[in-house]
Amino acid sequence: MNGGVDLHREFQLRWFAGDAPTVYDLDTPYLESRLSHHIRHISHKNQPESSRIMSTVEAEPQTSTDLKIVEDATCTFCGCVCDDMVLTVEGNRITKAKNACILGKAWFFNHHIEDRPDATIEGQPASYEDAIERAAQILVNAQYPVTYGLSDTTSEAQRVAVAISDWIGGNVDTTTSVCHGPSGMAFQGVGEVTCTLGEIKNRADYLIFWGGNPAESHPRHFTKYSLMPKGEFVPNGRKDRTAVLIDVRRTKSAKAADIFLQIKPRSDFELAWALRGLAKGIDPDPSVEEKTGISVEQLKQVMDGMKAAKFGAILFGMGVTMTRGKHLNSEAVLALARDMNRHTRWVAKPMRGHGNVTGADNVVSWSTGYPFGVNLCRGYPRFNPGEFTTSDLLARKEADAALIIASDPMSNFSQPARDHLASINSVVLDPKLSDTAKVATVAFTTSTYGINTGGTVYRMDDVPIPLRPAFESPYRSDYEILKAILKRIREIQLQAGS
Amino acid sequence: MAVEFILIPGRTSRQGTSLNEGKYTATYQEEINTLRMNPDDMQQMQISAGDQVRMWNDFGEVTVPCISGKDELPQGLLFISYGDKSSQLMPGETHGTGMPDSKGLDVFVEKV
Ligand code: SF4
Repeated sequence: MNGGVDLHREFQLRWFAGDAPTVYDLDTPYLESRLSHHIRHISHKNQPESSRIMSTVEAEPQTSTDLKIVEDATCTFCGCVCDDMVLTVEGNRITKAKNACILGKAWFFNHHIEDRPDATIEGQPASYEDAIERAAQILVNAQYPVTYGLSDTTSEAQRVAVAISDWIGGNVDTTTSVCHGPSGMAFQGVGEVTCTLGEIKNRADYLIFWGGNPAESHPRHFTKYSLMPKGEFVPNGRKDRTAVLIDVRRTKSAKAADIFLQIKPRSDFELAWALRGLAKGIDPDPSVEEKTGISVEQLKQVMDGMKAAKFGAILFGMGVTMTRGKHLNSEAVLALARDMNRHTRWVAKPMRGHGNVTGADNVVSWSTGYPFGVNLCRGYPRFNPGEFTTSDLLARKEADAALIIASDPMSNFSQPARDHLASINSVVLDPKLSDTAKVATVAFTTSTYGINTGGTVYRMDDVPIPLRPAFESPYRSDYEILKAILKRIREIQLQAGS
Repeated sequence: MAVEFILIPGRTSRQGTSLNEGKYTATYQEEINTLRMNPDDMQQMQISAGDQVRMWNDFGEVTVPCISGKDELPQGLLFISYGDKSSQLMPGETHGTGMPDSKGLDVFVEKV
């Protein structure tokens, strides 16, 4: 770095990029030594054949003779980030994943080394060096670049992505904006009465699952954290808990509930407000039944149970946030939990989907002050969902370049947003081929976090969890690629005197 | 004749497992491209399992096979796994939230 660099900015860069002295780097022996005692090497010959082959796709014969057991590994497929996995690793394939659910098993068994180039430029295989150069040029020369994704990567990589967005004066947003972004807005409006999943496990005797289907989306939530486990104040586990499911569909989760309220579509807001009224002793108008499909009598029965509980938890999903009303729906649910604290202890937690989407919220929040949809064009952060959120920036054709990390907006954004994304320069990092990687100007194949790459992720209750990788990948991690892009961006900017 | 429905895109565990095998596997593609409907609605519209239906709204139009949603879906409600097809029916407008209406979409359906 030359003497003309603004010292404050330089410190900011080092801090965001993970170089600050108080933060350990992924390459340090310190982290390795922390991880190594969780790994045991075992001779392959002693293992029965049946215990070695298990995959949702056909397993290829292994040539490696070493069998490795990784204990306390973390599954990063969903927001539960269960950290009690025991992985059996043969060469570069995981053949057993003890304690994993069906989704976790699919995650571990199908992430092996793909036969793809390290990087492509306009669809043609390219070296890392050329791809990093092109990526840096695209981002540094853009008028309004947007950084997006980040929910399936480590928090170490997330902070580098924020630093890049800051240095190029762009926009940083995460998949939260199309997931629980409305809940993020609602937190700012009414706050969040919160707790950890450990408290729910040990205390909650009344659970309301609202607009979510944990049996299919977070299969171990019921068994590890909420419904089934025996806890300190619920020693009989399931028998000590009452479970309510509120949903428009009779999903697989309905079987697990004691009370199922099948509401009419788009009536979460009215239902939450009817319950808020009852919490304050005000009977709702009988027309609530016509609107929500739930009678006042049923609502009173649920409210009586809620008031009698010692510790209640509302766990709400995207049925609340993705339906018309969005942040107002989340706000009503959060406010209901707050109101219930006049009677007894109640909390409300969003059920988060991707493995480190909660980390994305945390990192963007402690870096910029806001959780998602942050604009850094003026040199200071501005937050405005609807203006600085990626779906809008693309649909309105405002962004002229994109840096997309571990996300596939080309398969889940609205058509106008997808059309624009396909028409601009983009840099995409993903372990697997995706529709977004296919339209990218520069696409990097990356190693998979949690399987090949260590680091930190945040569980859905904001608890940080370390990763214990199973085997090495020939591909670089998001963190390494983003740091290389950032370094090159700064070199270009310093040469240009900015 | 076109019938009005409310469409709920969502996730399924089959989508989750096949996602890991790859987005271009037959299972994943089948999962995100299949519409589920209440069996009584199917009968009224004379739709048999696997028949193609056209589904559209102000934002897009897709043609997909339709199967029974069994007792999971009440009449008037449809389900499809999130993916390319559901996204084609989503508006670009987010009403100042960053989140397009992604569940509870008004759609019309007719048998092809
Ligand atoms: S519940 Fe989620 S984190 Fe836990 S094993 Fe299953 S997919 Fe992995």
